[in-house]
Amino acid sequence: MFSKDRWKEILEVLSSNVMRTVATAFGVGWGIFILIILLAAGKGLENGIRQDFNGVATNTMFMWTETTSMAHEGLPEGRNFNFKLEDVELLRQNVPELRIISPRNGIRMGPEDNVIRGTETGRYRVFGDYPEIIEQNPMYVAHGRFFNYNDINEKRKVVVIGDGIRNDLYEEGEEVLGTYLKISGVNFMVVGTYKEKTSNGGGENSERQIFMPFTAFSQAYNRADNVGWMAITAKDGSSISELSEAVISTVKQSRKVHPDDERAIGFFDLYEQFNRVESLFGALRFVAYFVGILVLISGIIGVSNIMLIVIKERTKEIGIRRALGENPWSIRLQILMESIFLTIISGMVGIIFGALSIYGINTLLESIGPVDMFLNPSVSIGVVVSALLILIVSGLLAGFIPANSAIRVRPIEALRTE
Amino acid sequence: MGSNSLHVLKGINFSVEEGELVAIMGSSGSGKSTLLNILGMLDELDEGSYDLDGVPIKNLNETKAANYRNKFLGFVFQSFNLINYKSAMENVALPLYYQRVGRKERQEKALKYLDQVGLKEWAEHLPSELSGGQKQRVAIARAMAAEPKVLLADEPTGALDSTTSYEVMDLIQKINDQGNTILIVTHEPDIADMCKRIVHLKDGIILEDKKIKQVRASEYV
Repeated sequence: MFSKDRWKEILEVLSSNVMRTVATAFGVGWGIFILIILLAAGKGLENGIRQDFNGVATNTMFMWTETTSMAHEGLPEGRNFNFKLEDVELLRQNVPELRIISPRNGIRMGPEDNVIRGTETGRYRVFGDYPEIIEQNPMYVAHGRFFNYNDINEKRKVVVIGDGIRNDLYEEGEEVLGTYLKISGVNFMVVGTYKEKTSNGGGENSERQIFMPFTAFSQAYNRADNVGWMAITAKDGSSISELSEAVISTVKQSRKVHPDDERAIGFFDLYEQFNRVESLFGALRFVAYFVGILVLISGIIGVSNIMLIVIKERTKEIGIRRALGENPWSIRLQILMESIFLTIISGMVGIIFGALSIYGINTLLESIGPVDMFLNPSVSIGVVVSALLILIVSGLLAGFIPANSAIRVRPIEALRTE
Repeated sequence: MGSNSLHVLKGINFSVEEGELVAIMGSSGSGKSTLLNILGMLDELDEGSYDLDGVPIKNLNETKAANYRNKFLGFVFQSFNLINYKSAMENVALPLYYQRVGRKERQEKALKYLDQVGLKEWAEHLPSELSGGQKQRVAIARAMAAEPKVLLADEPTGALDSTTSYEVMDLIQKINDQGNTILIVTHEPDIADMCKRIVHLKDGIILEDKKIKQVRASEYV
């Protein structure tokens, strides 16, 4: 099968009409090229969007209070209310599938600077949190430590600040840990700095936030046991989208909100958004394969056509070969191998050009800096392998009809044609 | 192929001994080519039987037929039927390739047979670089290369001028002298006279089957 003579013959046949072979090969190469580029572009978009989710616990919902729209238990509509810390305990008991419930408070940013250090001032968002928040936010401690339950229990006035704030308020190389910041009139000691996991250049808000223990926040800013909003993450294996109803009805009951009051509690289901995006990726991949394979099919039809023409041209030769006693299977094999060889070689060229183009795009992206929602377009080795498999199968398909028509030619008819 | 059937051969009964040189003659439409095609396993017979070297030839599938053709038969055609992108030597070596003879041995044998037909120095030439007579000699070498039981020649001189025809016939006679069985289809009486036996066909039956005194082609060359 892999004898030298057979290969010699394949090359002789394919090189006997170079222009035609190249034109045919172009069809298949082009198909694979399009497939690779489409998949890579989809992957680039996927990477770009995924980056925004990077490090975020995606199985998460956010929940906050708004104004009631229905009167309930003697309370009027249009009432403002807050979650309480006891709601958190209640949720833990009522919905055991929840992994993290982070009650959060924050200072709404005003027009003036709210943070002072010596002569430097700045305007930053400030949060009162529990230590678990670090699992839900895409951040990690770069320096020092995050606050812990000792800080919570003792209501220590400590803060963890973003790396951006360190750049704003401190000199280059200055020690940050142990220094004090006056935040909305109260002094806090810095015990750590954090960085974001998905730092892509650093926007206005990134790494410019301040985290402090929830209890210290509540005490310093007189929030009693009020909770501004909650970030709730489900356990692995449960979907927060399915739990959100139980969560909301629990807090509705404890906050004396009418069960049918849709407007009293606002929430955002990150998981649903994430899934929506995930299914978008799936759709993109499908479109890429669909379009790519359709283009490839037209290339394969081209190969099949050319092989049929080649057979027609070689009818007499095949007749001679069979008169000389060549096995029909040998002829079939020869045609199939020619077809597969042509398909694979042209497909490889398509793959190589596709890879080069992706490399070029990546280099371009690197040189012009990060582009929104597009990152590192690439195809995995699995895609390349499946493209090759598609090629082999399509080569077989392209050669099959011509090969069969080749051996259907009876030698006597082939020899009769003058 | 067509739906109309046509009885071409209507009762042909003859046998050929080993070492004979038989001319099958007849006008066009007499069924001589059909007979040769059946003998060559290129066509199938509807009725009757055909034994080759004691082996009954019937109900062959293509693989088997190809195998028999390769082992038992050598073909020489009017239009030479060389493969035009292969050199003379490669053409001669083809039947050996189908017998899975090794590359080296194949080339040696091919050269040997080319030498026999006097074309050793043309071994590397493509058919397009050869004259008609040379092409037919290459075709004869190719037919002989597989050392067949029978050599079947369909109008071997039909496309050649008379001088070249006699050269080719001279070669065929020499091959016959070595003990090879040869059947030639021809409509030229002078070619037929150079065989040892002439079978006349007309309208699908044998009109005449006689042994003759052979005319040596070398007398004309």
